[in-house]
Amino acid sequence: MEKQWEEMSSDEKQEELFARWMSPKDPQGNDLKFQSAQAEKAYKERITRIKDAIQMKKLPDRVPVFLLPSFFPVYNAGFTPREALYDYDKCCTAFKKLVADFAPDVQPGAVMPGPGKAYDILDYKLYSWPGHGVPPEQSYQANEGEYMKADEYDALIDDPSNFFSSTYLPRVFGALEGFQMLPTLTGILEIYGVAFNFIPFGLPPVQATYKALFEAGAEALKWAGAIGGCNMEIKAAGFPDLWAGYSKAPFDVIGDTLRGTRGVMLDMYRQPDKLIEAMERLTPIMIKMGVGVAKMNGQPVVFMPLHKGADGFMSDEQFKKFYWPTFREVMMGLIAEGVVPNPAAEGKWTTRLEIMQDLPKGKVLWMLDQSDIAKAKQTIGKGACMFGNVPSALLALSTPQKVKDYVKKCIDVAGKGGGYIVSNGAFFDHAKAENVKAMVDFAKEYGVYK
Amino acid sequence: MAEDLVNTLADLKEQEAIKIVTDRLSAGEDPLEILGDARKGMEIVGSRFASSEYFIPDLVYSGEILKSVTDLVKPKLTTTGESKKLGKIVFGTVAGDIHDIGKDIVVFMLDVNGFEVHDLGVDVPVQKFVDKIKETSAPIVGLSGFLTLAFDSMKETVEAMKAAGLRDRVKIMIGGGQITEEVRTYTGADAYGKDAMAGVTLAKKWAGVK
Repeated sequence: MEKQWEEMSSDEKQEELFARWMSPKDPQGNDLKFQSAQAEKAYKERITRIKDAIQMKKLPDRVPVFLLPSFFPVYNAGFTPREALYDYDKCCTAFKKLVADFAPDVQPGAVMPGPGKAYDILDYKLYSWPGHGVPPEQSYQANEGEYMKADEYDALIDDPSNFFSSTYLPRVFGALEGFQMLPTLTGILEIYGVAFNFIPFGLPPVQATYKALFEAGAEALKWAGAIGGCNMEIKAAGFPDLWAGYSKAPFDVIGDTLRGTRGVMLDMYRQPDKLIEAMERLTPIMIKMGVGVAKMNGQPVVFMPLHKGADGFMSDEQFKKFYWPTFREVMMGLIAEGVVPNPAAEGKWTTRLEIMQDLPKGKVLWMLDQSDIAKAKQTIGKGACMFGNVPSALLALSTPQKVKDYVKKCIDVAGKGGGYIVSNGAFFDHAKAENVKAMVDFAKEYGVYK
Repeated sequence: MAEDLVNTLADLKEQEAIKIVTDRLSAGEDPLEILGDARKGMEIVGSRFASSEYFIPDLVYSGEILKSVTDLVKPKLTTTGESKKLGKIVFGTVAGDIHDIGKDIVVFMLDVNGFEVHDLGVDVPVQKFVDKIKETSAPIVGLSGFLTLAFDSMKETVEAMKAAGLRDRVKIMIGGGQITEEVRTYTGADAYGKDAMAGVTLAKKWAGVK
């Protein structure tokens, strides 16, 4: 009889998630029908190749190659980012064209642009998106701010979920201001609590907020139908997508989302204990988030975009004190449940490499941008697979020959003995198609293990 | 006392620095002198950043302490002191890009190193750069950008300077997350800096400072 999830070791859980990734389901829960026997074979070969690279137990047949851009697929299909956010068919066309044109081992799926209309309805403030704060032909960009005030740590620590719903969400979504008026739902204990706690739901601002939620929800559902179908088609053509979902390093949850860069940096001086306590409070929540999406989607790899811990953003001492402990704890929590954390170290993390190698072998998948690849191979690369390092500028401005030379260098330095995957290092928007093609094709040709 | 303020600020001791300033003001000291000491403290912060003793959080915090000090001193100021400046620089994040962290660090470092920096902010239209260069006659321009779209914006900004007949009068540096020598060639800028200190070194070289 098959073992229950709870009875499995973390190794067995990881195997189980890889097995589920290998045999994807359609939305009805039946085995996905591939376009052809050839597509199915290609899909399984790709998963096997990626699994071998990640687990580092045996050498894959060749160095895998990932293509994980930002808005590049949209430009490559001749659309603007605005069109990709508002016309789901165009978005699907663009991401289908990406795999047709380049045939990488892993592709991002069509989820990245997201539903523009839902952001409009919600009046989202944390981001400017194409045609709303940035020009229609450009990528979305974040608007950092102190969405959580310096004196609100206790409120966050006391009840993170309630802090998000009653304080954070009304600040980042103009249409959700009514949430500020809601009671804490744990007050509804007895019949005499009912009426008082439901009064707020009768107030016009709260009702307007719910109306916006229904509309945004309907739009998100429409988007999910279109994009989900598209992703299924791409998969059925033999191309796996990488991420089950995402989680974050607690320092970035506070630095990116809640307090902003300036805010979190001042907190490192003015209230370091509160900052650390809040990160510890967020740690199990970030673990649950990553494990939840991996189990729901039947895929092991969970994306963790890293930001404020890069070289220069703090000293190594500050990194060890503020960034690394809870970041590591989140990864260890994910690993224990069979999840493969995929921290994306955009920018340069060279001085952090030695600190970050303190992780179990074959359990983590690093994305590297400009960190020193040779040093990375000697540190984090000893125990974990790494992908990336091909620079955005090279893909945007250089020639196919120079791209090939660069990819050759990456494979020579990092491919030895497995544990390396060729890929772009940062989430790029603009690139010459012939350069992207050179990266993928040359990796397939030169990366074969003999 | 003068040295105390310089050092407490350089060592990022916020409460102590504020107390010293308050005491000196109530003792009737010249506010300009207090500001001069604060500036010296910030210069030390800058040199500690340059030698990788300090990092971005420390710069941010020092800026915050300086702001508190300036807020205390300002109401007492009768004249504004003109500190010596090495030269003018027009700086900004190019059109379409709203990233400010990297730009702010370079502006900070140029400022504490004695340059008069005209910071145009983020998403700066090409024409705004041209107008500001004309208005200030700044001989140095800094273009910042984080996204790949910035490559084209930088190129367009450089070309606009050319079209306005300013290109020969200015030296242009670019910088940002994905900037390389290849991007520099593409944009037509004179140089790129891989970090804030490289920007300061370039500016000093161009301004003829040893």
